[in-house]
Amino acid sequence: MSGDLLQELFAGRHLVPSGIDGLYGRGPLFEAVVTRLEAMIDRMVSADGAEVMRFPPGMPRRVLERSGYLKSFPDLAGAIHCFCGDERAHARLLATLEAGGDWTAATTGADIVLTPAACYPVYPAVAAAGPLPPEGRLIDVASWCFRHEPSRDPARLQMFRMREHVRIGTPEQVRHFRDAWMERASGFAAALALPARLDLANDPFFGRGGKLMADSQRDRQLKFELLIPVGSAERPTACMSFNYHQDHFGQAWDIRAAGPGGAGAVAHTACVGFGMERLTLAILRHHGLRPEAWPAPLRTALDWPAA
Amino acid sequence: MAADGQATSMSDAGILTRIRGLVGDHGQLALDVATLPDDADLYDAGLSSMATVQLMLAIEEAFDLEVPDRLLNRGTFRSLAAIGRVVTELLAATPGR
Repeated sequence: MSGDLLQELFAGRHLVPSGIDGLYGRGPLFEAVVTRLEAMIDRMVSADGAEVMRFPPGMPRRVLERSGYLKSFPDLAGAIHCFCGDERAHARLLATLEAGGDWTAATTGADIVLTPAACYPVYPAVAAAGPLPPEGRLIDVASWCFRHEPSRDPARLQMFRMREHVRIGTPEQVRHFRDAWMERASGFAAALALPARLDLANDPFFGRGGKLMADSQRDRQLKFELLIPVGSAERPTACMSFNYHQDHFGQAWDIRAAGPGGAGAVAHTACVGFGMERLTLAILRHHGLRPEAWPAPLRTALDWPAA
Repeated sequence: MAADGQATSMSDAGILTRIRGLVGDHGQLALDVATLPDDADLYDAGLSSMATVQLMLAIEEAFDLEVPDRLLNRGTFRSLAAIGRVVTELLAATPGR
């Protein structure tokens, strides 16, 4: 694939335009790759003993607030708003709509926000279960996610799927988890015959203060990404991320390790995320849109059915 | 601010005193800022990255300056003395105040 990747994906109906940048439908080949990647990840983690949790793509507003998301990423957040008025207000809404005005001004915030990363609902769920067992916890979670960053880059979608493993425990347990996954990820990319490299990274923190936050995050080596060229070779796309949160979520939710006679130290957390659409795009970009022409090892890794 | 305004005429010691007060107000440190040596590491003293952002905004407002992008890094805010050097430099670079 070359040239305008997005146009090519539209032309082949691999992505279906909606009129809004970054908000697309998925065609049969695209979706088949996502499904088989999910199954491949299932096979890879089957012996890890993770507890599976699945949440809907919306979560309580207080989860976003208490997690500190609005301090760091206010520009990416999406909140659900609903009409809660009476019949008179409804008539005004329709009149506004008829006049081409902004009817959404007549809505009020619901207590639901769109999930920005699959792991956010995990932390309050774990905190509610009380102090951690000595071995900590390992959660397998996945969700559709939303980030308000309209773009023509097909690797930067506004709504996309993220699969994650989340480790909650002592600093040693959590760092070991992240380091082990960074080793594992290179083998994962190799199995997909994708050119990948690991690199230090930072989150897209908001504003000028965000540059400070990003510098601090890099300085402390808290985030790494698995980078694969998708839209551009110079600026490869993060298809996986490896994030050590230190005690950020532990503090926010008062997650405690087990201690003598009850709760002990504040837990540390880390998560490893797979960008399902980005990995799919990487496969289509590097191996083409005809699965019958893919290299045999890739077809094997994905357990792709014989033609 | 006029050319003979307070900020440009402020002594280095005065600047440091003011910065110490701002760190006390915005740094959310685990210890008393009054006891902190000028060159002590503020991150070791508990300055979080989020509090660093609040501190930066407070410094910009107090001294009527803007920290340029090239200085938006962890080193700028590492100690009272480091902040003092940056503030002094930025005040000197804007003689029109």
